[in-house]
Amino acid sequence: MIGYALTFAFACFGLGLLLNIYRVVWAPTKGDRILALDTMVINAIALLALFGIHEGTTMYFEASMIIAMTGFISTVSYTRFLLRGDIIE
Amino acid sequence: MLAEILISVFLVISGIFGLVGSLGLIKLPDPMMRLHAPTKATTLGVGGALIASMLYFYFVVGTFSFHELMITLFLFLTAPITGHFVAKTHLHLSHKPDGLPPTGTERPWASYESDAERARIEAEADAEAGKTG
Repeated sequence: MIGYALTFAFACFGLGLLLNIYRVVWAPTKGDRILALDTMVINAIALLALFGIHEGTTMYFEASMIIAMTGFISTVSYTRFLLRGDIIE
Repeated sequence: MLAEILISVFLVISGIFGLVGSLGLIKLPDPMMRLHAPTKATTLGVGGALIASMLYFYFVVGTFSFHELMITLFLFLTAPITGHFVAKTHLHLSHKPDGLPPTGTERPWASYESDAERARIEAEADAEAGKTG
């Protein structure tokens, strides 16, 4: 039963990642593009957690922690750059 | 058996919420509306996936890991900050200062206040505090 639910969750997050890629390429405003990149990071973390369940190993949690931190920093730097024209003032 | 049902329910709920968040980013009409979907629904979805993973490693594998809680806490802390910054960027890029509602004070919205103006007002406030105190 966990196998079926895992396949369903994989399909949902994979589809979400494809929709985000569509939004990154065809975005109406710059803010949408940054938001789509941030959502891609979150979906990638979810896929890593699901892959950890699939493989039965906790090795991938360090990777997802690092991805979460770099994703947050990159989103903040993109928005800072658009807001102030400079990242570190 | 009960643990399996619980883990499966968490996985299905997380998948649905993740998909709804990414779909909302495509479907919603206004940029400020589009901000809601990923910052709320997707964060909840990834939280569900991490809780399912924690339950799986506790009940099926037999090891307790608290990494998931750390990742969940980090995501729940950073998602509002990200949403705030993206909303501010959108406000800064696509709205003009005169199209916004009044702030109710003499100062403009913080996003449009120039550095010189802010420095002048804060210096005045400091002088005022020094005079009375």
